[in-house]
Amino acid sequence: MCDQTFVAITFGPCDSCSQNKPLMNIYLQNEPVNYCSLCVELMACQGLAKGETVSTLRAESENLKAKLEEERAKLHDVELHQVAEKVETLGQFVIKTRRTLKGHGNKVLCMDWCRDKRRMVSSSQVIMRSAAVCVLQEHAVTMPCTWVMACAYAPSGCVIACGGLDNKCSVYPLSLDKNENLAAKKKSVAMHTNYLSACSFTNSDMQLLTSSGDGTCALWDVESGQLLQSFHGHSADVLSLDLAPSETGNTFVSGGCDKKANVWDMRSGQNIQSFETHESDINSVKYYPSGDAFATGSDDATCRLYDLRADREVAIYSKESIIFGASSVDFSLSGRLLFAGYNDYNINVWDVLKGTRVAILFGHENRVSTVRVSPDGTAFCSGSWDNTLDFNPV
Amino acid sequence: MALTRMSSKKQSSNNIAQARRIVQQLRIEANIERIKVSKASADLMHYCGEHAKYDPLLMGIPASENPFKDKKPCIIL
Repeated sequence: MCDQTFVAITFGPCDSCSQNKPLMNIYLQNEPVNYCSLCVELMACQGLAKGETVSTLRAESENLKAKLEEERAKLHDVELHQVAEKVETLGQFVIKTRRTLKGHGNKVLCMDWCRDKRRMVSSSQVIMRSAAVCVLQEHAVTMPCTWVMACAYAPSGCVIACGGLDNKCSVYPLSLDKNENLAAKKKSVAMHTNYLSACSFTNSDMQLLTSSGDGTCALWDVESGQLLQSFHGHSADVLSLDLAPSETGNTFVSGGCDKKANVWDMRSGQNIQSFETHESDINSVKYYPSGDAFATGSDDATCRLYDLRADREVAIYSKESIIFGASSVDFSLSGRLLFAGYNDYNINVWDVLKGTRVAILFGHENRVSTVRVSPDGTAFCSGSWDNTLDFNPV
Repeated sequence: MALTRMSSKKQSSNNIAQARRIVQQLRIEANIERIKVSKASADLMHYCGEHAKYDPLLMGIPASENPFKDKKPCIIL
């Protein structure tokens, strides 16, 4: 039984409009009340209340920020790597690239594993579905837009979602018939006002979570294309998202060009927690397997670990010799290892607890754009701007 | 003249809305329950310890169980 973070959200009558909706707990004049998200917005847009000016609001926000820092600092009694000193040091990490999958005529931007652990989908200008067992290209689907920046496998393995500079996320059903024209069966689900940076199915094939260069994330119903919830709070492009690992989990984390990583509740749209310690764009976010923490990879050449229950950054993975940004991160199954792909063409493997680097993996001839560990943890795959995917099994 | 006044009023109400949202968000964040880093770290270590034996990339797996081990040559269709 692992520790899990979950947020209890109430559903009931709003204190303002009396309609039954998911409620956000907010504070009005220091009194806790429950408003639905619509009423929260309406309240925010009303004129100034008595005694309130923009400068008093600003002063209050500065006070609250200082109070937050104080509260977080009180609990900062020790560093993770100090506690981890008693953990056994890892042996030498040896892995050889087993297979290089060529076939993309262009930079590989993104990839995802199917839950059957044997198949992967990867994208550049073309979506490819590959069998990891043999170098066999099963399906190639040409997209009408130039850069496909996001792709994802549905839990059933029957459908893939992808999108990019076309500002949309489209869904393609997969079939065993190689001759079938998949592009004809495409169905547009998500519509953003800027490029699509990441997409992920939730626990079923029915809902799709997307993040975009327009600064928002959104939850969509695949069947109807309807927008179910939108998430506002980033002040710049959102580059990456990851869903919390639990079956009942209703939260996800997003990272963006505003250097912030935000944790959201999927049902109410509320931003639960926010972390801003990176010094540059956050390119990738990934939950720790227990769901209690998440890692980020950033253009400031560091990866960091944030614990949700301590509400702070607990580790930085960096070295003076690493000066290029980290584009993609993923954990091994136990969460002990963090694989991070960098723009200096290498992959660094970090000991999550001790904060030390365990291995450097060479093999790519251009930026590493994506690193993903297989669902059963027996292999990881890296995609690069050198047009190849390197598949590394144990 | 009236037009400029209206747009500046809209501008200032946007600033108010923005400032309100920030204050609201900070109030929510300030009131969440937090635990000590020592406890959080101990839990992370415990999870790693519990699951280390199931982590192939950490432990390695015997060749007989390796699903990706070469079995026979691939056929390119």
